Amino acid sequence: MGEELKLLGVWGSSFSWRVEIALKLKGVEYEYSEEDIFHNKGASLLKYNPVHKKVPVLVHNGKPIAESQVILEYIDETWKDNPILPRDPYERAMARFWAKFFDEKCMSTLWKSCMRSGPEREKAYEEACDLLSTLEGELKGKKFFGGDTVGFVDIVASFVGHWVGTIQEAVGDNVLNKDKFPVLCKWAEEFRNCPIIKESLPPRDMIVAFFKAQREMITAFYKNKA
Amino acid sequence: MADQVTLLDFWPSMFGMRCRVALAEKGVEYEYKDEDLWNKSELLLRMNPVHKKIPILVHNGKPVCESLVIVEYIDETWSHKAPLLPSDPYGRARARFWADFIDKKFYNLGQKVAMTKGEEQEAAKKEFIQSLKLLESELGDEPFFGGKKFGFLDISFIGFYCRFYTYEMCGNFSIEAVCPKLVAWGKRCMEKESVSKSLPDPQKLYGFVLEVKKAMGIE
Repeated sequence: MGEELKLLGVWGSSFSWRVEIALKLKGVEYEYSEEDIFHNKGASLLKYNPVHKKVPVLVHNGKPIAESQVILEYIDETWKDNPILPRDPYERAMARFWAKFFDEKCMSTLWKSCMRSGPEREKAYEEACDLLSTLEGELKGKKFFGGDTVGFVDIVASFVGHWVGTIQEAVGDNVLNKDKFPVLCKWAEEFRNCPIIKESLPPRDMIVAFFKAQREMITAFYKNKA
Repeated sequence: MADQVTLLDFWPSMFGMRCRVALAEKGVEYEYKDEDLWNKSELLLRMNPVHKKIPILVHNGKPVCESLVIVEYIDETWSHKAPLLPSDPYGRARARFWADFIDKKFYNLGQKVAMTKGEEQEAAKKEFIQSLKLLESELGDEPFFGGKKFGFLDISFIGFYCRFYTYEMCGNFSIEAVCPKLVAWGKRCMEKESVSKSLPDPQKLYGFVLEVKKAMGIE
């Protein structure tokens, strides 16, 4: 049939990884292109995502799809094996709600809690604890957010599943700890040990390198603004 | 068994408007409850404990929150009539991408255009217009964002069209002058009963925003 499937991503980015794991869980073959997002964005990236100029971008038979959650839904609708979203409309609405909650609230607060310093960091830390508590509440009684198997929300929340633990070790933070969030930590462990996911998670040093590059870029951005 | 559908909303909310239009498109009968956002009801707080915001769709006692999530839920639940999203995955992805773009840009920029002055307002206006132009280019020469038919992306933006008058009056500029196709699109949407019956009068909306500004001490 000659399908062309290409993923423009960055190794170490959890957004990029979401798309990779979705494709891997569905057994879909694709070509991966590592993009330079910190210094020199490539022509392909600018062509396929002119609006945001960000990764990940999935290009399927020449047609680009951007924004990781949009891409996940596209993948689920195009390759129907091993569904990521539930079938029932209400369950789907719940999954979309929690994925949105995660990206709009948790991601930015968790980053701030690891990236900033002083009172700004303290405030972010407090907020992060509240948000993680809410997230944990959604998990109670279930092995994964998706139920018995990994689903849409689990993939979106992979930042907490794998990245946060690594980054907080690197910066000496402790927002995600077993005493405060036992259920969430158990989920993270189960998530990391899933077949396919286990083999595919980026190693610790890659995540730390990505995080440091992000931090440098943001620091430089604020310096230039001042 | 008859469906029980309630929409917790606030009449000026562009997010609430999305849900009203979607329900109207599908011909769903529902109870409309206007909330006092300065004195939130126990029902609101119980149905949306995470964000404590409207709109909330309550379907047979079960709440759905976040306007775009609600619109997709409406589309999937009442799937026999007026499909809102296209059937092909790529068309759906494009609609979702641009709806996300609308959410990322227009609320905050619009607030700044309406509520601020001086340099802050000018900067917001500039970015607001840039974003409008980008959205307008997605429309192309088609009657609707969905192509020949009114759909998800039209529903996602129509609430903001209702605010154009407010933005123009507060920001002292003409949107039609910079984005004539977008304004023509808005007028075309307003010809649909599902839209005209769901949206408030733009002048009434402007009046409301002025009252809010006055109460907040903003000139």
